[in-house]
Amino acid sequence: MLNAEDRARFEQTVLPHLDAAFNLAAWILSSRTDAEEVTQDAMLRAFRFFESFYGGDVRAWLLQIVRNTCYTWLEKNRRMKMTDQFDEQLHIESSATPESIAIAGEARERLTRALETLPPRFREVIVLRELEGCSYKEIAAITSIPIGTVMSSLSRARRQLHSALAKGAEGEDTNEL
Amino acid sequence: MSCDLEYSVVHSYFDGELGVIRAAEFKHHLSDCSDCMDELAALSSVRGSLKYARLYETAPASLRRKIRADLHSIMPGTRRSLLLSWRRLAAAAGLFLVVLILWRVISGVRKEEDYQAEFAAGIVDAHLRSLLPGQITNVNSTDPQTVGTWFEGKVKFVFPVRNFADDGFALQGGRVDIVQGRTVAALVYRSRDQLFNVFIWRTRELNGSPRTGSRQGYQWIDWRKGKLEFCAVSAAAPSDLDRLQRLLTE
Repeated sequence: MLNAEDRARFEQTVLPHLDAAFNLAAWILSSRTDAEEVTQDAMLRAFRFFESFYGGDVRAWLLQIVRNTCYTWLEKNRRMKMTDQFDEQLHIESSATPESIAIAGEARERLTRALETLPPRFREVIVLRELEGCSYKEIAAITSIPIGTVMSSLSRARRQLHSALAKGAEGEDTNEL
Repeated sequence: MSCDLEYSVVHSYFDGELGVIRAAEFKHHLSDCSDCMDELAALSSVRGSLKYARLYETAPASLRRKIRADLHSIMPGTRRSLLLSWRRLAAAAGLFLVVLILWRVISGVRKEEDYQAEFAAGIVDAHLRSLLPGQITNVNSTDPQTVGTWFEGKVKFVFPVRNFADDGFALQGGRVDIVQGRTVAALVYRSRDQLFNVFIWRTRELNGSPRTGSRQGYQWIDWRKGKLEFCAVSAAAPSDLDRLQRLLTE
């Protein structure tokens, strides 16, 4: 049974990775609102599993739980509409200054669209690598896919992003899968 | 790509995942392969655009608070029997007390967690600032003594400066920085292709076990030792930061 000491330890070691957890959830679910709900759920789950965590890479351990919670949630709530419109809220970043929003706004919108059109499995790999800075080994651990598959997903995702950026246009997005 | 190298080699090189020898081989190959050159340029343009667009989604402060409250409410030992009226009364009194205590604890915790989020933001911002061209060091030297002497008179505390080149962390130099309004010393180390900033400032708090965290893809580890607080930050893997932390505390 978990006690107050475990809780303190959890707050000290796991909770600081909340941003990483939320970022991954927001990109898997394409919605900040849903990400809040799922991240909260995942954190509580992580706390219940905390007893079985014997050290190692906390962030990878937590992200693995977050990812599983996301996919369970998607299956339950959105089986029908996996190609949902993305949540406009995803564009609002609380810590950005007005200037940086204006400058980065256009690029951000184009990239968000490009990322949204990637199949979820490719998207999570690119988010873990490029936004979260995870190594191939960590990505393989988090997503439970072999390193070879991590590498091939990453290169296909990058190719698609590159061609979407090169086109520089919204509208037609070809998925050459 | 018409080059007969596997695409995965280019990506692994780009991601710093090739071993030293294979990376050197690839570098050699690169000098006369325009296909791989183009592929590398494409990769870095994608990475650049992603960085520039600031796509990282940070968690709202309200979520952090909700999770803390959840953690505090699922602790065992709050089940009561509601069968007897005197018990009910006791339960009500107990509940009142719990609510009162919880309220006080939460308002205390809230301060602390806001502090921690702010702290992480300040540290990571300072690290990012230092990565801008020409900002990383004020004193450029691999010699601990030179760096140590440079700091004299610039900060009001003393700390050891060491080079861990033999253990894979080469001293690059140091600078004086300001993090959240506090003057701090920063030592810079390099390990393979990653830069590490170690921020040092004076604290009144007691020594404690290290705290770690991540923000926007950067990892940090914070610890206190002998009236000084240290915080190392980098984009490298947490295990590398742990290693540097151990070297610094030895």
